[in-house]
Amino acid sequence: MTGFPDSQIWLVIALLGLGTFLIRFSFLGLIGDRDMPEWVLRALRYTPVAVIPGLVAPLVLWPAATDGQPDPSRLVAAAVTLAVGGFTKNVLAAIASGAATLYLMLWLVG
Amino acid sequence: MSNDKLSFGKGFRDGLPFVFVIVPFGMLFGVVATEAGLDLAQVMVMTVLVIAGASQFAAIQQMGDSAPVFIVLATALAVNLRMAMYSATMAPHLGAAPLWKRAVAAYFLVDQSAVLATAEFEARPKATLAEKFAYFFGVVAPIAPLWYGATWIGAVVGGRIPESFALDFAMPITFLAMIAPMVKTLAHLGAALTSVVVALALAWMPYGTGLLVAAVCAMAVGSFIEVAQARRAAA
Repeated sequence: MTGFPDSQIWLVIALLGLGTFLIRFSFLGLIGDRDMPEWVLRALRYTPVAVIPGLVAPLVLWPAATDGQPDPSRLVAAAVTLAVGGFTKNVLAAIASGAATLYLMLWLVG
Repeated sequence: MSNDKLSFGKGFRDGLPFVFVIVPFGMLFGVVATEAGLDLAQVMVMTVLVIAGASQFAAIQQMGDSAPVFIVLATALAVNLRMAMYSATMAPHLGAAPLWKRAVAAYFLVDQSAVLATAEFEARPKATLAEKFAYFFGVVAPIAPLWYGATWIGAVVGGRIPESFALDFAMPITFLAMIAPMVKTLAHLGAALTSVVVALALAWMPYGTGLLVAAVCAMAVGSFIEVAQARRAAA
């Protein structure tokens, strides 16, 4: 992996595994049935929608494969994925339509 | 919801449909991780240890951007923070079991087992601890092994896919497909939009630190909208 030595990859794998386990174990194992403040539980509800959109937005707008230039094929594919996912609530259908759109667009536009 | 007792078999049957999600998703992870440069051992150890697809994709993405280790971990672990909520939901149901059993259940506390078990346990307040564990492990019985196996197939096949397949975009499409169905309320929408706008505005910050700021802002906005709506509903 470019710029990422093997030892660091292993370090990430080990610590991500450990950290994820500790998150899962938190209440079940350590904290017990002590109550968490309401505002913390509320904030936790939004973690996936708070992290993933911000992670994905630059990848969609400035793809590395086109040297950071916005690419019509990838933009349209992203829009179709979002629309299908939003309407059907079906992750696989969204992936399939997004991929199909991308290939169709790349074939049409190049 | 039927009234039959909680059992390993019932859990297994309820978990089975998720196989159609787990298998392609695991394969995709194997492909993407291999394309990013991880070897087979690294892909497999990661998928077995972490057993949380979205965070694994996030870690691969951040490593590909050569972010420092602590940023890679902060981003990927932030994606998994929702599991603290699952853990809190399961604690009153499984908390009376011995520590080792709770630890094993914690390892298998994935989206599917948490969601199904929460629904079933809350519908059956009289179910015993043993019945609840049987159901929980029944749910993960088809899911976990197929997740490992599918990742392995993806990793083995992944290196042989030519560049013309534009696999660079498999990860963004997967993320978008995962997130779109999660945007269920105005609060979720507000959080998602905040995340996008702040992350893009702070893209100049080094090593993806802007994303962490964006995530905190987005969680605050989501919480704020939820509270504001509850107040308005109560008034």
